[in-house]
Amino acid sequence: MKILRTKTAVIGLICGWLLLFGVVPILMLLTSSFLSQDAAGFYRLPFSLHSYRQLFLDPGYLEVMLRSLKLAALTTLICLSAGYPFAWFTARFSKRQRLVILILLMIPFWTNSLVRTYAIRMVLGTHGLLNKLLLATGLIDSPLRLLYTDTAVLLGLFYLMLPFMILPLYANLEKLDYRLVEAAHDLGAGPLQIFRRVIVPLSLPGIFAGCIMVFVPTMGLFYVASLLGGARQLLIGNLIQQQFLNARNWPLGSATSVMLILLMTVMLAGYALIMRRLTARGQRS
Amino acid sequence: MTGKRRLHQQISAHNPGKIAVSDSVLSIRGLSKAFGGLKVLTDISLEVSQGEFITLLGPSGCGKTTLLRLVAGFEKPDRGSVYLDGVDISSLPPEKRQVNTVFQSYALFPHMTVAANVAFGLELKGFRGRELNDRVNQALDQVRMRELADRYPGRLSGGQQQRVAIARAVVNTPRVLLLDEPLSALDARLRRDMQIELKRLQRELGIAFILVTHDQDEALSMSDRVVVMQDSRIAQIGTPREVYEDPANLYVARFIGDINLFPGTVIGRNGKNELQVQIFDRRVLARSDKALQPGQLVQLLLRPEDLRLTEDAAEKVPFFWGSIMERSYRGSTLDTTIHLDAGPVVRACEFFDEDDPDFDYRVGERVKVSWVQGWEVVLPDEDPTH
Amino acid sequence: MRKSLRLLFFCGIFLYLYVPIAILIINAFNLNRYGLRWDGFTLKWFTAMAANPGLMEATRHSLTIAICAASAATAIGCLAAIGFTRYRFVGRRILQGTLMTLMMAPDIILAISLLVLFVGIGIALGFWSLLLSHITFCLPFTVMTVTARLQGFDRFLLDAARDLGASEGQLLRRVVLPLLRPALLSSWLLSFTLSLDDVIVSSFVTGPSYDVLPLKIFSMVKVGVKPEVNALATLMVALSLVLVVISQLLVKERDKNGKNK
Repeated sequence: MKILRTKTAVIGLICGWLLLFGVVPILMLLTSSFLSQDAAGFYRLPFSLHSYRQLFLDPGYLEVMLRSLKLAALTTLICLSAGYPFAWFTARFSKRQRLVILILLMIPFWTNSLVRTYAIRMVLGTHGLLNKLLLATGLIDSPLRLLYTDTAVLLGLFYLMLPFMILPLYANLEKLDYRLVEAAHDLGAGPLQIFRRVIVPLSLPGIFAGCIMVFVPTMGLFYVASLLGGARQLLIGNLIQQQFLNARNWPLGSATSVMLILLMTVMLAGYALIMRRLTARGQRS
Repeated sequence: MTGKRRLHQQISAHNPGKIAVSDSVLSIRGLSKAFGGLKVLTDISLEVSQGEFITLLGPSGCGKTTLLRLVAGFEKPDRGSVYLDGVDISSLPPEKRQVNTVFQSYALFPHMTVAANVAFGLELKGFRGRELNDRVNQALDQVRMRELADRYPGRLSGGQQQRVAIARAVVNTPRVLLLDEPLSALDARLRRDMQIELKRLQRELGIAFILVTHDQDEALSMSDRVVVMQDSRIAQIGTPREVYEDPANLYVARFIGDINLFPGTVIGRNGKNELQVQIFDRRVLARSDKALQPGQLVQLLLRPEDLRLTEDAAEKVPFFWGSIMERSYRGSTLDTTIHLDAGPVVRACEFFDEDDPDFDYRVGERVKVSWVQGWEVVLPDEDPTH
Repeated sequence: MRKSLRLLFFCGIFLYLYVPIAILIINAFNLNRYGLRWDGFTLKWFTAMAANPGLMEATRHSLTIAICAASAATAIGCLAAIGFTRYRFVGRRILQGTLMTLMMAPDIILAISLLVLFVGIGIALGFWSLLLSHITFCLPFTVMTVTARLQGFDRFLLDAARDLGASEGQLLRRVVLPLLRPALLSSWLLSFTLSLDDVIVSSFVTGPSYDVLPLKIFSMVKVGVKPEVNALATLMVALSLVLVVISQLLVKERDKNGKNK
């Protein structure tokens, strides 16, 4: 009897929490995206598709969304191309070396991301380290205008998101049986073929997990765009922030977030599909 | 290969499985258990006496581990009861039963030292100070683990963890010690050493052990009695010799040891203990007191060591012609595979004796396969496909 | 050749990760206000930081929230993990799926959905809305950490304790909690860090009455370089260094006497 009561209490607590702070808010967000703007009370009836129409028909919003997608995709690509070799080499190191590298990776990861973005800004500034270095080596004659460009934002996003790419990749590649690579060698495959036909297919779950962890959250990092990209609206996050905190157009802000949720759902569904196919293949063999 | 005397010639009237109730410690009566409609145990009854070593033997999924968990109290029976010293303990939780378990994976507490693991049960019973210490040390001495008392389980080898698990259980002076496949994780050599050690420990402690295993060698070599389980039921209870030499059915015969089967039909009965059986083109006399009717299909069971290979067997003894398929030398024995002219392939196993001229068989050579009459076991043929 | 290329690659990545932080720390001790060149060592920015009441108050608020959120998330997460592992119930997988989604969801979605909730049900934006939000985004991480630890146990450990005579309470106190200690500590540390690190959720769900560090820093550095911020950031880096060391020690402790072989 006592165990039963404990069980009900424990499950009730966690279910209640997730329902109240996880499911209900999303449903409310979804509902509010179909409501009308109201200057005083945030949103009001009647239901309308006005916000979605605005989002897709106003070239300004559309442009922000497309630019945001582009930036996020580029960030993901850069993180992947730097993170994959990083994770691969780390996974092949000795246990001690691996530990050192992972700790070195974790220290910035555990440091406040706003502080790190601010630090990047100091490096990229007109009188920052990068310009000084370039001037000293004679590569350029006058300081470059790095700050407040898309490149700066990209560099900042890469800086913040790299660990999110490396960790899932590493977790996956660490488990990869190196004898498979040796077997491929033995069967006459060259390095490129081994990479393309053995390593990549086996690390697909890690690649997907890493890309999801980088791609979707990147679009929300409004403060990076604000600090490094200047006043222009670069990311969906900036759009949402502006609608909610400045323009007070909550339905439009909600609709924008719903787009982000949809994108995430599609990516997660794709991931689940791939994982299921991989497991099914595993069961067959 | 002489001097072997069949069990049922000595104790033909023996009724296996019945132990006088007076010295029974544990009594299991009519236990049944199902998980989600799947029957795991069906009407299990078993008496365990003081100081007895019992093995539950069967393939995985036969219900033997569930039976152990019912006795320990981790599962509740659907029907039937468990009595310990005459008291019904079926509804008691595990912590209130004077029964302890050695788990298959040892289940040592990783955050406690060896000594703390062993002391755990006693502390919960209120033992403190000197007495606690003495008893823990005594238990550790019994398993020869005193030197490693301050180690953590993560730093011990499999065999050492096994010893600690045993000490942790026996220190509580259980009435019955339950061991769930305790040796399955050890390598072959260590397993043999631990078998001997377990026997010694059991003799020293004088308490009943119930050991679950799927290894028939282990069951035969360690136990006073073996309980062979088949699909949720008990197929046979008996001493190791009984289950080996007089298996209750084909399942038990197949499960324990190697066998040769000669399919036949009962023709008639000669007196109380002898049957006439038609096997291939020959009529043989077989010793059996089972109630078998004329016309019934049977299998004549003969172990490889029961078969004889000769070129000139006396006509009185039953024999079948065959040709040698394979000879393999196995150190102390020599195994021969023979294809009988009548169809089946049988295996004979003889002690290696280089002075014996008969040992010069070559592959393809013709031989007569016979056996000492009276060593065969007649079993009803339950499954004609085999 | 290949080895040196690899070394170069790792050096490049780590330089990229560490140089900005190093510059930040150097400038925290630099007399030159704008960090244009090294003008000499000073601690005056730390004094200036301590003398800035707004910054200090935001720090206090952030630490309060981080400690409360980490403790609550660890406690709830521990209970939930024990519930998930010990009990079988309808909807268990859905619940776990919801948790996973919550963990993967971008902060901004969580932030505005919680904002909509708080405004919708009339919770004033401030301490409580902030605390509830922080607990919510820490929760999946604590549940996962503790669950992973619980699943790492020998599944017969609890049976063994019962077998040796432990009651339900003794089981929890003497076996489950001691075994979970490293996991609980590391979930606490992780939650603490996540809470301190958060910018996005805090920006949305707090009100003017309860300013927290990320927002304060954001508003201060938006327009230019603030050496007090350098000083504070240096302290935060030091703090995260300490936290990483502690969490690594925890991992070590777990490996030492953690798992049965």
